Amino acid sequence: MARNPDADNAPVKKEIESPTSKYDAEKAASFKVVGSRPARPDGMDKVTGKARFGADMVMPGQLVGLILRSPHPHAVIKSIDSSEAEALSGVKAVITRDDFTPNDDHADVLYNIMAREKALYEGHAVAAVAATSRAVARKALKLIKVDYDILPHVTDVDEAMSPDAPVLHDNIITRGVSPTPTKPSNVVARSEFGHGDIEAGFAQADEIIERSFKTAATHQGYIEPHACVANVGTDGMSELWCCTQGHFHVRQVCASLLGIDVSRLRVTASEIGGGFGGKTTVFIEPVALALSRKAGRPVKIAMTRDEVFKASGPTASSSMDVKIGVTKDGRITAGYGVFRYQGGAFAGAPADFGAMSAFACYALDNVKTEAYDVVTNRPKGAAYRAPGAPMSVYAVESVVDELAARIGMDPIDLRLKNAAKEGSKSSYGPKFGSCGLVETLEAAKAHPHYSAPLGPNQGRGVASGFWFNFGGETCSNLNINADGTVTIAVGTPDIGGSRASMCIMAAEELGISYDKVRAIVADTSALGYNDTTEGSRVTFSSGMAVIKASQQAVTEMCKRAAMMWDIPAEAVTWEDGYAKPSGPNAGDFEPLSLAEIAATAGKTGGPIAGHHEYNADGAGVSFGTHIVDTEVDPETGKVDIIRYTVVQDAGKAIHPDYVEGQFQGGAAQGIGWALNEEYIYGDDGKLQNAGFLDYRMPVASDLPMIDTVIVEVPNPGHPYGVRGVGETGIVPPLAAIANGVSAAAGVRMTELPMSPPRVLKAIDDAKVAAE
Amino acid sequence: MRYESPQTVEAASALLAGEEGLARVLAGGTDLLVQMRSGMVEPDLIVDVKNIPAMTSITEENGGYRIGAAVPSAEMNEHEGLCALWPGVMEGADLIGSTQVQGRATMVGNLCNCGPAADSVPGMVAANAIATIIGPNGRRDVPVIDIPVAPGKSTLAKGELVESVFLPARPKRAGDAYLRFIPRTEMDIAVVGVGVSLELDDDGICTDARVGLGAVAIKVLLVEDAAKALIGSKLDDASLKKMAAATSAACKPINDKRGTIEFRTKVAGVLATRAAKIALERANTRASNGGEK
Repeated sequence: MARNPDADNAPVKKEIESPTSKYDAEKAASFKVVGSRPARPDGMDKVTGKARFGADMVMPGQLVGLILRSPHPHAVIKSIDSSEAEALSGVKAVITRDDFTPNDDHADVLYNIMAREKALYEGHAVAAVAATSRAVARKALKLIKVDYDILPHVTDVDEAMSPDAPVLHDNIITRGVSPTPTKPSNVVARSEFGHGDIEAGFAQADEIIERSFKTAATHQGYIEPHACVANVGTDGMSELWCCTQGHFHVRQVCASLLGIDVSRLRVTASEIGGGFGGKTTVFIEPVALALSRKAGRPVKIAMTRDEVFKASGPTASSSMDVKIGVTKDGRITAGYGVFRYQGGAFAGAPADFGAMSAFACYALDNVKTEAYDVVTNRPKGAAYRAPGAPMSVYAVESVVDELAARIGMDPIDLRLKNAAKEGSKSSYGPKFGSCGLVETLEAAKAHPHYSAPLGPNQGRGVASGFWFNFGGETCSNLNINADGTVTIAVGTPDIGGSRASMCIMAAEELGISYDKVRAIVADTSALGYNDTTEGSRVTFSSGMAVIKASQQAVTEMCKRAAMMWDIPAEAVTWEDGYAKPSGPNAGDFEPLSLAEIAATAGKTGGPIAGHHEYNADGAGVSFGTHIVDTEVDPETGKVDIIRYTVVQDAGKAIHPDYVEGQFQGGAAQGIGWALNEEYIYGDDGKLQNAGFLDYRMPVASDLPMIDTVIVEVPNPGHPYGVRGVGETGIVPPLAAIANGVSAAAGVRMTELPMSPPRVLKAIDDAKVAAE
Repeated sequence: MRYESPQTVEAASALLAGEEGLARVLAGGTDLLVQMRSGMVEPDLIVDVKNIPAMTSITEENGGYRIGAAVPSAEMNEHEGLCALWPGVMEGADLIGSTQVQGRATMVGNLCNCGPAADSVPGMVAANAIATIIGPNGRRDVPVIDIPVAPGKSTLAKGELVESVFLPARPKRAGDAYLRFIPRTEMDIAVVGVGVSLELDDDGICTDARVGLGAVAIKVLLVEDAAKALIGSKLDDASLKKMAAATSAACKPINDKRGTIEFRTKVAGVLATRAAKIALERANTRASNGGEK
């Protein structure tokens, strides 16, 4: 599942499972290339520094673009005077809100990329300058006079929901409550999911635990800051080079904000230094285009790390209540959760996704979840790997862990007893198709990690998690070259090794070796529309398009062979890279290789290609179970991760290295989120830690080797059985680590991050309480 | 902005003294360049001291070592004699930044930047390191503890710069250690830092001790009460407990993004105890090796 962050705020719901394609078990039994581990095509350039990222593009006559940002978390912008900046030698353009016309389709995006009536968070863009040098641009920013009327601010989700909180937008009237409120508030929407009767369920329970939890906002922490180069030609034909997960989406939004035809803007996606959902929207791109249009020269904008923290799209912070009832023999009788998420200054906190995925691991008769999407004076959130799920699952899996201990049951056994399986009605509505939660739990229980002895001050935690996954609009081309090599063009930027997976799938279908295939990410003018790289959709959707395009090319090559042999096309089959007569009756011909057919294509009808365009459905959910051993220093509260194992259902691992990489990456980001990462705001509403020194992501030496187990329960909706794997891996860690730390420290941790001061205080408070 | 690269300390001092605008010394540059990049400082003059022989060498002197102000941490930590004599000071310097930063970062730069959380300073304070300062009025020697005043503010007068730091000789049974608390394993800044230096007699009784404490006040502190708790003892549990309490009592921290007052105060005592135990073990090992490492 994915959310278009810029069009509307409703999740894209694909509840009716009508798979585009069907699993081909026979094919899967005889894979030759799928499941191998060749080097990725982009690897060498990345490790030698040759790969070109967002900031690596240079155009002739290029100007430096810098953005002036609000120092205040909430203020009316009374006036902006840029006359002195414009008069400065070397300044070629200055833009403000007045350079963009109102846009109904992308009103929030427009407001976010350039403040209008108010600055809504510290770091909100207020004006931008294009100049001949960085020094001149910096000087120009200082010359822009902005007259602010400072307003009271709010950054905490619970405070933002209180009736006397400062209200950010006078047009937000809470949706989903009855009666409809008469006054604006910071609560954008309430949504509700579930089925059954939770009160009846709780009445059947022998044990009920109810707890409240909080999690801090975190950032995706991609290494590459947002960067782009925009060039608006004198004839209005425009080009944009940028690091993004979705250049087609960038094109749509930028063309709309600039009021130009989509065909006039060509967007090329650079190599990308991490995205994790944070590069699924626009921040600097429309600004660079508007500056270029005004200056008549190319403009580069590259964010600093400080700007990335303050003005890109971190994920939500949360405040949650969870109540679960269980019988003595471990049957969960009811689950209830309330999830309040703030997603920054505009609508779109993924509270609904949180509420939908909170209990997804369980087949429950009675379940109810409520979600609140709340705005605060923080940067507008963007997607972050399984948006909304890690927090809600943290709350639910913490209570499940505590219930297991309460009734004296092994926590994996409790999960197995209640696990969602094929045919279970999910907690968010639809029935699950074939899925692999039980298999991951069984593999986790059987793993040597689960029974390894623990040392002093150590504790083991377990948790499961889930992500919907997504298909979406996809379009790919495949060209058979005259020398027998193959080139694939996909429209989904490669953020996790997907070009390697595309080459593997084409090689598998065509019956040629991996090194004969090259995949590129084509620009927006070269392919039909592609949805963004998000929702763990690329290996599934673009992969399936490549498979279909390969099959189309195979059909054409069989036709060409038939022509050369002068037999009917139906009498030719394709096997291991060769066209062959389908049987003795078809005739006696030497098989023709792909290279041989390609070499003579000019004489048999011209170039050979395949293409496929569709809206992919049947993505197939992915479940995972994590085991973690933690050690807590009882005198300082410091937590060390001693051992970590990820078990997850991949459906079918096309390239196992990159599947394992996704598992490990999800766990690593989860470890950071659980232990030390947090957006820290001062009483002044300003971010206190806008840099990697004090926004404490784990470094390599903080992590153990993260073990992985790939479970493969084929997805019935993909010819090879593929399920997306990118997001599920970040869902269980917060809970697994919290369960481990709670066991090691002897006290239940209900707030993230579990930073040393917080853990030490919990330990000391528990000691005082015990005395 | 002007860049100068003089050959002598005196010439460097004259350049600094003669600049009317903002002048900055460039040794490793691991603080200065970051500050310039972020727009915190815009110097008019940069004086690079890496071409001054007296500032780029490590020399033995009276059984101790004189370390030039521009000697990078990586070079110090590859110097066997230094690491054997003052392992605590060296490990403090070794914690600054990353491997790459270590190739540039200097201990004196760390000192003169005057950050309260500077990792190399508590160890130098515990070692009673002496800084040699050159200025318009000549040369003067000053204990390291007397140089920082507050973040970014030192007792150095206009035109003065630190040429070198001297770490003295040690008796046979002596050892030091530095520990800092960070929530991660590296690439971080101390939430609390404690350097402990011990000297003991042949019976294992502590004859001298110094405790340097970082990141819990406006500047690095010398905790005399903590030292007193150890002197005359064999570092038994009771005296260590007393020392931990004295260390915690000396803390004047703030609540900030890196830690709470409560946390820093408690952890200062915990780290002081742990560092003292390591220093004791090093002293005993050194003695059993006849005063060698």
